[in-house]
Amino acid sequence: MSSDARPRGLRDHQLDDAAGAEALERTWRTPSGWRGFFTTVDHKIIGRRYIVTAFIFLALGGILGLVMRLQLAWPEARYLDPDLYNQIFTMHGSNMMFLFAVPVMEAMGVYLVPLMVGTRNIAFPRLNAFSYWIYLAGGLLLWISFALGMAPDVGWFAYVPLSGPQYGAGKRADIWAQMITFTELSALAVAVEIVVTVLKQRAPGMSLDRMPLFVWTMLVTAFVIILAMPAIMIASTSLILDRLVGTHFFNPAEGGDVLLWQHLFWFFGHPEVYIIFLPAVGMISTILATFSRRPVFGYEPMVLALVGTALLAFGLWVHHMFTTGLPRVAEGFFTASSMAIAVPSGLQIFCWIVTLWYGRPVYRTPLLYVLAFFFTFIIGGMTGVMVASVPLDTQLHDTYFVVAHFHYVLIGGAVFPLLGAVHYWFPKITGRMPSERLGRWSVALTFIGFNLTFFPMHLLGLQGMTRRIYTYQAEMGWGGLNLFVSLSALVLAAGFLVFFVNLGRAARHGEPAGDNPWGAPTLEWATASPPPPYNFAMIPVVRSAHPLWDDEEVLPVASGLRVDRRELLVTRVTDARPEARESSPRNSIWPFWSAVATTIMLISSIFTPWAVVWGAVPIAIALTFWFWPRGMPEEES
Amino acid sequence: MATRRLPPLALLACASATGCSGWQSALDARGSGSRALEALFWPVTAALALVWLAVMLVLAAALLRRRRPVPAQAARRSEIAVWAATLATVLVITVLTVASHLTTRHISRAAADPLVIQVRGYQWWWQVTYPDSDGTGAVVTANEIHLPVGRQVRLELSSADVIHSFWVPSLTGKQDMIPGRDNQLTFVAETPGILRGQCAEFCGLQHAHMALLMVVEPPAEFEAWLAAQRQEAAPPAGPMLRDGQRIFEQRPCGACHRVRGTAAAGEIGPDLTHFASRGTLAAGVLPMTRGAIAAWIADPQTIKPGNNMPLVPLAPDELQAVSAWLASLR
Amino acid sequence: MKQRIVLDLTELTPNAMGSASLTWWGTLAFMLIEGTGFVMMIAVYLYLASLAPAWPPDSPPPDLGPGLWVTLILLVSVVPNILVSRWAGRGDLRRVRIGLVIMTLLGAVALVPRIYEFPAMHVMWDSNAYGSVVWTLLGLHTTHILTDLMDTVVLCALMFTRRGDNPRRFGDVQDNALYWNFVVLAWLPILACLYGVPRQ
Repeated sequence: MSSDARPRGLRDHQLDDAAGAEALERTWRTPSGWRGFFTTVDHKIIGRRYIVTAFIFLALGGILGLVMRLQLAWPEARYLDPDLYNQIFTMHGSNMMFLFAVPVMEAMGVYLVPLMVGTRNIAFPRLNAFSYWIYLAGGLLLWISFALGMAPDVGWFAYVPLSGPQYGAGKRADIWAQMITFTELSALAVAVEIVVTVLKQRAPGMSLDRMPLFVWTMLVTAFVIILAMPAIMIASTSLILDRLVGTHFFNPAEGGDVLLWQHLFWFFGHPEVYIIFLPAVGMISTILATFSRRPVFGYEPMVLALVGTALLAFGLWVHHMFTTGLPRVAEGFFTASSMAIAVPSGLQIFCWIVTLWYGRPVYRTPLLYVLAFFFTFIIGGMTGVMVASVPLDTQLHDTYFVVAHFHYVLIGGAVFPLLGAVHYWFPKITGRMPSERLGRWSVALTFIGFNLTFFPMHLLGLQGMTRRIYTYQAEMGWGGLNLFVSLSALVLAAGFLVFFVNLGRAARHGEPAGDNPWGAPTLEWATASPPPPYNFAMIPVVRSAHPLWDDEEVLPVASGLRVDRRELLVTRVTDARPEARESSPRNSIWPFWSAVATTIMLISSIFTPWAVVWGAVPIAIALTFWFWPRGMPEEES
Repeated sequence: MATRRLPPLALLACASATGCSGWQSALDARGSGSRALEALFWPVTAALALVWLAVMLVLAAALLRRRRPVPAQAARRSEIAVWAATLATVLVITVLTVASHLTTRHISRAAADPLVIQVRGYQWWWQVTYPDSDGTGAVVTANEIHLPVGRQVRLELSSADVIHSFWVPSLTGKQDMIPGRDNQLTFVAETPGILRGQCAEFCGLQHAHMALLMVVEPPAEFEAWLAAQRQEAAPPAGPMLRDGQRIFEQRPCGACHRVRGTAAAGEIGPDLTHFASRGTLAAGVLPMTRGAIAAWIADPQTIKPGNNMPLVPLAPDELQAVSAWLASLR
Repeated sequence: MKQRIVLDLTELTPNAMGSASLTWWGTLAFMLIEGTGFVMMIAVYLYLASLAPAWPPDSPPPDLGPGLWVTLILLVSVVPNILVSRWAGRGDLRRVRIGLVIMTLLGAVALVPRIYEFPAMHVMWDSNAYGSVVWTLLGLHTTHILTDLMDTVVLCALMFTRRGDNPRRFGDVQDNALYWNFVVLAWLPILACLYGVPRQ
């Protein structure tokens, strides 16, 4: 039966289960081969791509970390010259923050949020496809420039005047600034999609207070992205303008200001930490609930703490500037606000511990990662309180103490939960179970390797070892600890290797997972593993915060959506009452071409400002094709 | 032992010693600032370590406790526990905030008549100026700051190019040197000795090799040192030194470096008038010996890649003469 | 998992308009992004002004003429803009077509005094930081006018094809009108900044 022969407007309840699934499959599927590869708008395919790409960048950034540890293992080592070392530490930081941490967290949202709220695709799926290509282009720009020996060498923070026209020679700082444009563009696009998906596409009955905590964290994160990223876009654009057309934003000789850069950068840069950490909070909550077999204690305080953290995140940026000589009043205020962030974080941790206290913990790999999180992240939180104190910060700032601190917060606080989360959702994404034995090895190795690598750095910092130095003299007495750190880094790397090997093997040879292998309560486990292109044959109807624990056998669903076009359900923001049946765009090649056109414009504008003018023409053409209607059923009303 | 001769010896001692305490450590306070900071550091660290331990113990108890059916009043108990813990968090951070505020106030208390020294950051060295306070002339030197013990010092910090950060952890916390802005640091050095500091803000290729020495000495010795620094360079004794000075003046050296009392009057590089009285050369890269001076002139780009000192081609005997002359500038 | 139908959506409207439509929310989210961008840029302006001993540093304050013309045209354009949105809500294709032509013209006309607004600042972007921030603010806002003008042109062309008469397209017209209101509204604080602060 060809689709033309079908009556237009066919609804799901008019077909039996098998025929309905077949019709939906036909409507929603992504064609195989290259055409599908470039045209797909399926949030699962794009999300998976995003996750895999981000983990490739993680591995590359990790290798850079090992190379730096090789150079620092001995005093006065000469494996790397200072120029290469500066490129490598800049690449490591920029790569980890902009190409791994933020994208991977958003990628988890891209894959999971539509499933968790019970809809069929993310809002603005073509924008989603576009955002991935733009992200990929930004990553390639950075890494190709590294391969060509012209990578940025000004640090991931690119402080002026070092990165400015006078001291930043060549195109290195421009490449850094434009890489920012790429990644922020993609991050902002995904943030918009997530906000709209969460607010308007939740399954009927999933009122705000029944939303899974992970969805809450992604919603709050998306808002933080929307409010924080414009600052860095403006900073990087001003930097490019200073370098390319001779503006004077950061030139004190002509009325500009060096610290303006730092204000703009950290107004984005500190919320950035929470953009990475908040999704991890959602992952921890999800894993804890599933593996202690009870809901996370204190849903409302958890949500309030989330929102509180997000608000406070915008009042902390000056604590990165405590040694710049700002007025005392400002320092006092920002000390207090920086310390205050410990309150919502503490509240969340207490709620989690209470959850475990009355729960029945099942010690599987994801939960073990969460336990590793508790141990390390709280150390990071404590040292965070120390660097929040202005006087202590004058000794700790820009030393290895801070390097230790933020790796404890970012790896302990975000990467451990992320690894646990990938392990946890891997069966859903691939339909296969990872090995528990290898999983435990990976937890043990990363946990031990991490702490052995980074704890000694606190001591090095106190002994006066500053950051971003490519070598140090033997008489400083730092050699022993540095060698120890470098050797421990190999253990940490081995942990990541086991993690990758485990998942790589499981993707091909793992045991079939079934729909809900962990006995989890949220909607993504109500569909097949991996989910079909349309996610749910019928949209689930939600009656509690833990639908699959309350309706264990039979899923209540809504019927009446069309199967002959991509259709999903729009519901009200607060109580998720159905408002409309909305169509969802089909596959299209134009997001890809738009991304290509945007890439050409952005990269050319490093070399000539006129690229912004002529480069806009192909972008406008591609966007017109993107949005031009073609008489598909999706456009019917 | 005269403090004047300390630097090279101290370097040697430090190279052989294992601990190297007081050399460049936040935990070996030799100044008013760092002592106050250390006094804050340990209690804060202890308090936070205890908090961490307490959370870990409760977590362990939560995991290891015998599983009983969840009691009816579980929700109520949990609520009380969570709010009590949150309240405790608020208390701890309030105390810490107040403590750090008090420390800041204590550190920045200014005395009536501090010794003012101007320190200006360059890629990748430090210019040190003792302003002319009594009409006897200013003293300009580099990469080494002499201080009288027990007197309050105010460092006026500025930068000539990019952002640097002045940090001698054994004396006090760091302060950035920012182009277009003026910052300062006040502290009292409390015990005589030699301390090391280095640039703490990433400033380009040789950020790693931008160190300086702080020589803290009894007031009398400090005054003597200052008086000696005010003098012009001594006239060369002997033909070889005279050759050295002549070559220095005629070759590009003098275009960048100043040696008061000679024709060399450059402004770009460090002032070398009393070059050999310093403990190190090239901002802490090499000890101040005649051999090291010769090695540095012969190949500055291998010793400190990317630094702004060009290779000035000299014949072997010219190199001998110049380094001998420089080594005589005490 | 087995399923049990508990809710019937057959009668639910397929025409999501206004706050029920996804694009409306998307437009709102993008306005939040752009708005934050404008706020940050104005903050940069005020920050630099607060550091400068004199503001403008060494030029007269900008001439009001072209700026006021731009403002006038933008404010006038709000009237047909709101009307177009209302006609689109009623599905009145003929009026929407006329309205979009008018909006295209007004958008283009607003750009004419904008061209003269740059020299009226009496400073070049590379003279000093004041010039840099003034040109960037103006440029940023001009980009928004251009972008929305592009969008209006394409939409206008679309409404004259056979695909125009469709509730979806009317929804697009409404979202476009919403965005134009934002572009006009965003101009007012920038106007106050560029012309008011130097006259303080």
